[in-house]
Amino acid sequence: MSEEISAEIAVKCSGITKVFGSVVANDGIDLEVKYGEILALLGENGSGKTTLMNMLSGIYHPDKGNIYIAGKPEAINSPMDSIELGIGMIHQHFKLVEVFSAADNIVAGTKGKLKSKGAVRDEIKKISEQLGLEVDPDKKVYNMSVSEKQTVEILKVLYRGAKILILDEPTAVLTPQETEKLFNILRKMKAQGCAIIIITHKLGEVMDISDRVTILRKGKSVETVNTAESSEKQLTELMVGKAVELSIERPEPVNVKPILNVVDLTVKNSEGSIALDDVSFVINRGEILGVAGIAGSGQKELCETIAGLQKIEKGAVLYNKENIIGKTPKEIINLGISMSFIPEDRLGMGLIASVGMTDNMLLKTYKQGKLCFVDRKPAKALSKELIEKLEIKTPSTELPVRMLSGGNVQKVLLGREIHSEPDLLITAYPVRGLDINSSYLIYSLLNEQKKKNTAVLFIGEDLDVLLELCDRIMVLCHGKITGICDAKKVTKEQVGMMMTGSTMEEVLGIG
Amino acid sequence: MADIIKKEPLIRIAKRAERSNKQKLIIRLLSVLLAICAGGIFILILGKDPFSYYAKMVKGAFIGKNAASPFMPFKETIKIMIPLLISSLGITLAFKMKFWNIGAEGQIIMGGVFASYFALYHYDMPHYLLFIVMFVAAMIGGGLYGIIPAFFKAKFDTNETLLTLMLNYIALYVIDWLTKGAWQDPESKGYPKIARFDLNAWLDSLGGVQIGWLIGLVLVVLVFIYLKYTKQGYEITVVSDSHATARYAGMSPSKIMIRTMFLSGAICGIAGMVQACGTEHTLSTSVAGGVGFTAIIVAWLANLNPFGILVVSFLFAVLEKGSTVVSSEFVLSPYCSDVLQGIILFFVLGCEFFIRYRFVTRGGRKND
Repeated sequence: MSEEISAEIAVKCSGITKVFGSVVANDGIDLEVKYGEILALLGENGSGKTTLMNMLSGIYHPDKGNIYIAGKPEAINSPMDSIELGIGMIHQHFKLVEVFSAADNIVAGTKGKLKSKGAVRDEIKKISEQLGLEVDPDKKVYNMSVSEKQTVEILKVLYRGAKILILDEPTAVLTPQETEKLFNILRKMKAQGCAIIIITHKLGEVMDISDRVTILRKGKSVETVNTAESSEKQLTELMVGKAVELSIERPEPVNVKPILNVVDLTVKNSEGSIALDDVSFVINRGEILGVAGIAGSGQKELCETIAGLQKIEKGAVLYNKENIIGKTPKEIINLGISMSFIPEDRLGMGLIASVGMTDNMLLKTYKQGKLCFVDRKPAKALSKELIEKLEIKTPSTELPVRMLSGGNVQKVLLGREIHSEPDLLITAYPVRGLDINSSYLIYSLLNEQKKKNTAVLFIGEDLDVLLELCDRIMVLCHGKITGICDAKKVTKEQVGMMMTGSTMEEVLGIG
Repeated sequence: MADIIKKEPLIRIAKRAERSNKQKLIIRLLSVLLAICAGGIFILILGKDPFSYYAKMVKGAFIGKNAASPFMPFKETIKIMIPLLISSLGITLAFKMKFWNIGAEGQIIMGGVFASYFALYHYDMPHYLLFIVMFVAAMIGGGLYGIIPAFFKAKFDTNETLLTLMLNYIALYVIDWLTKGAWQDPESKGYPKIARFDLNAWLDSLGGVQIGWLIGLVLVVLVFIYLKYTKQGYEITVVSDSHATARYAGMSPSKIMIRTMFLSGAICGIAGMVQACGTEHTLSTSVAGGVGFTAIIVAWLANLNPFGILVVSFLFAVLEKGSTVVSSEFVLSPYCSDVLQGIILFFVLGCEFFIRYRFVTRGGRKND
């Protein structure tokens, strides 16, 4: 520590600019974080947070600007340089070797002679005890929960002696309880003099954990504020650039009657393990049924089963009392069921990345018309209508949708699905990575559908939103339903407990 | 040690903004120019004058010395172009679907074999009926041969690149086997070759060149319309993007894959029939002669655009015909023209890198 006294500023970025092709991802960004401080990096998707951090961890190289580590100017040319400078990055998607044990993952890639298993174990134990981390060094990664994997990631960077920690959206995959645990660890690390940068777009967490907040907007650092002197409202305004209303409307469901009845459904995923385990529930017209659960609890399989894309083991899906198992996706679309699943890369299913909006509008309707030619006129008209109605930013209806920003891509998909006037609208992660304004636009679109007496199945990530928007919430855990409850009568903590396996009876009994 | 400040790398590669079509065209033209210069140096080393070499080469592809029929070389250039054009169109269908069909060679051969059966054993049909029968037979032959890799990919997710490549060799040996066996010319006195086709099985000529050029032109338009305006063409676009999306929209990717590969193979099959019945008037192992591989380059260079393929395949034919003429006139080994073709291709294909990336030097950064 002695040589770092003169430099209590762990990281200082000044005037960092990074350009990808014609996209300016970072535009003259300034940022500063001291040792013993937690800095939150707040910004909407596409505002340049991850790009900036990737430059600190040596994955990219800045086009302009300087980076100072512990007061000294440094050029970080590779992840190795970054590690040597004491920077540790914990990525959104874990970078662990699944078949290795925790200890093997932690040691992998370190320089110098390989230490004996015992010595490594002792060292891991020492670090763990200092911070109150719980990890079994011999447990294989594929046997670990998401939260355990994250702990291993943290240990991995600490083992390498990192004093500067960067966490990219670490809570996206965690339950509220796990998040709290992570934050406690971060606070302890801060007390021990680490500098921590946490990337997030969840305001509540920013208020909870950070000392200061740097806000990025469209690649620029707009402001740095002390968290204690700020409010969620102020941060949102800084992030979005204008005042926004932060409440979601929830109209009373009217004319509620069942439309889809899932009975004893068991589904295996592509790896052959049980993804949905004896699931039964009802979706009603005129209401929004929310699905909560940690990522990978069977949400994808549920969507795909209803859309006819997934083979099932057992059970039935009754749509207007008719079993739709065994029907082709085409037949199911014609029955009035629409499914839109926004995968992590946002483009995987439902949209054709390489073509423009017009051709994407055609995806489910291109067979209309008797001749063997595609009629593009109505699709083009629809594209123009959607661009106007949903404020989609695109220079032309023919620009490949992969060139659009994430939010606009999702508007294209959801716009098309809603335009088809389905009776049952299934939508998974429709606001994934969206900015605040677009998210609220999508919530109001879903509410509009609800008012039209459409049944909506909404699979979401953000519990706050689920609790505000939905009428009922179904909680999935490892493919089992742990509870279906009235959204107005449960708390976030109760849903969180159900997400990790407690049944509704237990939870509501306690709470 | 603390004083040493690490420097950034001397040269690194950075992605550049998407260039406009005009810029792309300029880069490509520039690369051709550079290729010609580099080729010129090569010719200089051989001790010849590059200017007259190139002039002869271009002239050689169009105009000959024979005063009676001065455009003979041009007709031969077209003859070279015909199978190249048609098979490039064929693989374009597959490539548009991101199905890497490098088996055009085999599909051309199979088209040739199927058509040759009728040319050899049923040549007494009325001429136009025979033409239609051979045409359809060639399509079926090439098409079925194209279905094989598509079927295995759809069923077992096999690698189409390997499978199509290997099928080329099988096709080649099928001809070899026919030549030495069942179809051997009885009058060849034991020499393994297939008999020359009866005149009735020869393709007509139009404007002094076999009618294949017209078939090629019609196919350019048909393939263009098929890909751009039909429902099946739309399905190809979707499947190329993602099989999951196609299934989601209610399409069957397997069905589309098999259908498209049938068409792709069928068009390549036509190339085989046109080559056998229109140019060679017999069937030999040289019926495809590497055209199926050159077609891949043609299709890529033309960016899978049928009209672009028309232009590129013509330029390739000019290059090839011109090279043969000039190497005989300058008394050079025919391999020299191969080297020259290689140089030109190297530049033209290499320029794609500069369309997508640029170099950033350590010093250059401070200037901007």
